[in-house]
Amino acid sequence: MLRTETITLNLGPQHPSTHGVFRLRLQLNGETVVGIEPVMGYLHRGIEKLCEQGTYVQVIPLTDRLDYVCSMTNNQAYAVAVEKLLGLEVPERAEYIRVIMAELTRIINHMMAVGFLWNELGAYFTPAMYCFRAREHILDLFEMTCGSRMMCNYMRPGGVSGDLPEGFLPAAKKFNDYFKGVIDQLETFLNENEVFLARAVDVGVLPADVAINASITGPMLRASGVAYDIRKVDHYSVYDRFDFDVPTCSNGDVYDRYLQHIKEMWQSVRIIEQALDGIPEGEVMNDQAAKALRRPPQGEAYGRIESPKGELSFYVVSDGSANPYRVRIRPPSQINLSALKEMCEGHKIQDIVIILGSINLTMADLDR
Amino acid sequence: MTNEEILSKLRERFPEVVVDVPELIDFTVAIKPEAVVDVARFLHDECGLDYLALLTAVDQTERFEVVYHLWSIKDRTTEPFVLKAYIEDKENPTVPSVTPLWRGASYQEREAYDLMGIRFEGHPNPKRILLWEGFPGHPLRKDFENRTYTFEELKPTRPTGPEW
Amino acid sequence: MDVLNLLFVNLREAITTWLAGFLPMWAAEAVVHFGVGLILVVIGLLAVMVLTLGERKVIGRAQDRYGPNRWGPWGILTPVADAIKMLTKEDIVPEGADYWVHLLAPMCAIIAAVLIYAVLPFGEGMWGTDLNIGILYIVAIASLGTIAILMAGWSSNNKYSLLGAFRVVAQLISYEIPMLLSIVAVVLLTGSMSMVEIVRQQSVPHLITMPMVFFVYLLAASAELYRTPFDMIEADSELVAGFFTEYSGMKFVMFFMSEYFNLFAMSAIITTLFLAGWRGPILPGYVWFFFKCGVVIFFYWWVRSMMPRIRIDHLLNLAWKFLVPLALVNLMVVGLVDKLIADGIVQDVVLLAANIVVAIVVIGLLAFASRKTRSKRLQRITARR
Repeated sequence: MLRTETITLNLGPQHPSTHGVFRLRLQLNGETVVGIEPVMGYLHRGIEKLCEQGTYVQVIPLTDRLDYVCSMTNNQAYAVAVEKLLGLEVPERAEYIRVIMAELTRIINHMMAVGFLWNELGAYFTPAMYCFRAREHILDLFEMTCGSRMMCNYMRPGGVSGDLPEGFLPAAKKFNDYFKGVIDQLETFLNENEVFLARAVDVGVLPADVAINASITGPMLRASGVAYDIRKVDHYSVYDRFDFDVPTCSNGDVYDRYLQHIKEMWQSVRIIEQALDGIPEGEVMNDQAAKALRRPPQGEAYGRIESPKGELSFYVVSDGSANPYRVRIRPPSQINLSALKEMCEGHKIQDIVIILGSINLTMADLDR
Repeated sequence: MTNEEILSKLRERFPEVVVDVPELIDFTVAIKPEAVVDVARFLHDECGLDYLALLTAVDQTERFEVVYHLWSIKDRTTEPFVLKAYIEDKENPTVPSVTPLWRGASYQEREAYDLMGIRFEGHPNPKRILLWEGFPGHPLRKDFENRTYTFEELKPTRPTGPEW
Repeated sequence: MDVLNLLFVNLREAITTWLAGFLPMWAAEAVVHFGVGLILVVIGLLAVMVLTLGERKVIGRAQDRYGPNRWGPWGILTPVADAIKMLTKEDIVPEGADYWVHLLAPMCAIIAAVLIYAVLPFGEGMWGTDLNIGILYIVAIASLGTIAILMAGWSSNNKYSLLGAFRVVAQLISYEIPMLLSIVAVVLLTGSMSMVEIVRQQSVPHLITMPMVFFVYLLAASAELYRTPFDMIEADSELVAGFFTEYSGMKFVMFFMSEYFNLFAMSAIITTLFLAGWRGPILPGYVWFFFKCGVVIFFYWWVRSMMPRIRIDHLLNLAWKFLVPLALVNLMVVGLVDKLIADGIVQDVVLLAANIVVAIVVIGLLAFASRKTRSKRLQRITARR
C-alpha cells in the first residue's frame, strides 16, 4: 500500500556554508523538517586536558584558539577567572584597554555574523565583503598592539601583556568615526530588504522562557526579549563607568537576531568612544601577578564575561601547584544550540540554513 | 531571593543530604548524588534559580564531583549558587539527570559522560557527544593514559547503514 | 553608413557568388549556410567567454574588489585559463548511474541552448534564417532544456540530485507560462511570429508602449535562466549543488556553458521583442544589437550581486499567484487596445497609458493586501538603534 516515509538527510560535516565542520541529521517529510539532531565533535582538540599540563600563563594561547573570531574576549574571560581565584587587582589603564579590545572584538564578531548570515541567504558575498572591509581595519589595530591579527594572546591575569603603542589611540578614534558610517550603510541596505523580510520574519522563533530554560545567552537571548547582559549585571571590569543601553528585540526570529547584532554594534561604538576619551595613564600589569601565579591558593573560581556570542566563563580549580587542576570552559556556541529542535521543526531546509547562520556558531568554540 | 536566603532555606529543607564541608567558599552546597533531583527541583521552582550556567565534572583524588552553577535571571543575582554532588563511588559514578528541569544541561551532561565517564540517569539521549561511540576510555580522568595513538587505533568505528 | 550596415550581408553575397563560380548553386548555398551556422556557434562561444569574465569582474566591483586580474591585462585571458582547467579534469561517472542518460543530458542542455541562435536577428539581413514562426520555435526549444535537467537529475544515482532536479523543473515550467503570455501579447500587437517582422514593426520600442509586459517577461526570464534571486539550484549554501552534483570535467562544462549560452540568447530575445532589435540611429545595426544585449546582461549581473535568493514556496507563489494573472491582464489590455484603436502613434500612447493604469492598480492591490504584514514589520524596523 502507499506509505509515506521520511528521508534522513545529512547536512554533512563538509558543509559548503561556512561555520566549519558540523553535521546535522535531518528527518525530512518532503521539504519540511520533522526531526533534527546535531552531531558535533569534529573539531575536538582536548583543550581542557591540555590546560592541565601547562602553567596558568601557558593556558592563554590555548584560549585564543577557542573561538578564533573573538580571541581577545577569550583571553579576558580566563584572566577574570584567574584573578578571582588569586584575588588580584587590575590597574585602571589595563581595565580601560581591556574594555576597548573587548568592544572591538564584539564589533568584529557581529560583523562576521551579519556577513555570513547574508551569505547564507544567497546575497553572493556582497554584504560579507563590506563587513570584512571594516574588520580589516580592526585587525590592523590588533596587529599594531599585540603583533598578531587573530590569535592575540594579549591579556594576562593581572593586566595586559604590554602597553598600547604610540599611534593606537588616534587610529582607534579614526576607526570609530568611520565605522558609524559603515553600520549606517549596512542598515540602509539590509534592514528593509523585501526578500530578507519575507524569508526571515517568523522563522526560527525562540520564545523567552524556552531560551532561559535552555541556558541560552548573548544576542540570542536578548533578541528573544530578555534584557540580560552580564556587563550590566556583574559590573566586571570598568563597565559601570560607561553609559550604554542593553537593546532587545521582541520576537526572537532570524530577523530579530540580525537586528540585535546591529543594535549591539551601535552600543559598542558608544562604549569605545567613552573609553578612548577617558583612558588614564598608568601601568598595565599587576606586579604581584607573576609571584601569585606560581603559588596559587587552593580553591576554585568561576569567572564569566559577556563575550560576543554569549556567556563565556571559565571554572578554574586549583590544588595549590603551578598547574591548574581542572579548567572547564563554558562554550556559548554549544549551549546556544540547545533549543535547536524548537526553532527548526516545521520549517523548510532553506530555513534551517539561515537559522543556523543566525545563531552565530563557531565550531572551535563548540568542540574545544 | 538572595543567595544567603537560598542557602538557609536549603539547609532547613534538606538537612540530611547536605554534606557539611567547612573549607568551601560561600554559597556552595555539597550534597549526596541521590538527592540531586529533589534539591534541583526545589532550587528551580521555589528559589527562582532559573538559569543553569555550567555543569562540570571534576575528578578529585577521592571522589568525583558534579558541579552546578546556578543563577537567577529574574532577580539578577551577581554571585553564582554552586551546587556540588559528591560521588564517592569511583568505579561506577552515577547521578540523576537535571535535563527535565533545565534544558541547557542536556549537552553538558553528555559531555560530562563523554569526557569523564559519569552516567546521568534519565537523560533523554545518553550518547557521547564529542568523541565517537567506541572510543576507549574517558579522556579527562586523571588516570587516562595520555599517550600517542596510532592511526589504526584512532579510526572511528563507523556505522555505514541507515544510522549514518 | 549603409556600407557598414550591410557589410556582412554584402560579404555573404560576395562569397556565395565566388563559390558559385566553380560549384553548382545549391552547393554554394549549402556551404555558405554551413559557414553561417559555424559563425553563430562561434558567436555563442565568444559570448560565453566574455560573459563569464565580465560577470566576475562586475560582481567583484560591486563588492569593492577587483575581479580576476591575473591572466592577461585586466584578466582578459581568464576564460582561456578556465577552459584549460576544465578540459584537464577527470570525467567521473558515479557507480549505478544510467550511463547513456548521464552522457546525453549535458548534450541536450547545450543543444537546446545553441539552437536558439538560428533565428536571432543580429542586424539588417544578418540572421541564420527568417522562420515565420520564429518565436514559437524558440519557446519549443526552451522546453527541451527542461528535459535535459530532469535527465541529469535522474541519471546521477543520488536522491539529492533528483530532489534538486524536481525543484528546478517546477521552477522552469511555472515560469514558462508568464513568459509565453507576454510573448503572445507582443505577437498580438505585431501580427506575426517572425523575429525579423517583430523588429521591423517596432518604430517605437515595445518597452515604451508595453512596460508591464516587459516587466513580467524580465522576471520570468530571470527564473528561466536560474539567476538570482531565483537561483536555488546552484545555491552553494543549500545542501548540495543540485542536479549537476555528479558531473565533472567536460560534462560540467557543457552545463555551465549552456547556462551562459542561454543568458546571451535570452537577452537577445528581450532585445528583439522589447528593445527594437537592431534599430537605432547613426551606428550600424549589429553594434546597436550587441549594445542593447549588453545592457540587459548588465542588469542581470547587477541584480545578482545585490539580491538574496527567495525560498521555493515563495518562488512558486510568485509565479502562479502574481505573474500569471498579471500576464493575463496584460494580454487582455493589449488585445483590447489593438482591436479598438487603429495602428499609429495614438495606439502607442493609449497602450502606454493602459499599462500605467495596470501598474497603478497592481501596486494598489498589493499594498492593500499586505498592509497588516507591513505595519507589523515597520514597527520592528523603526525600533532601530
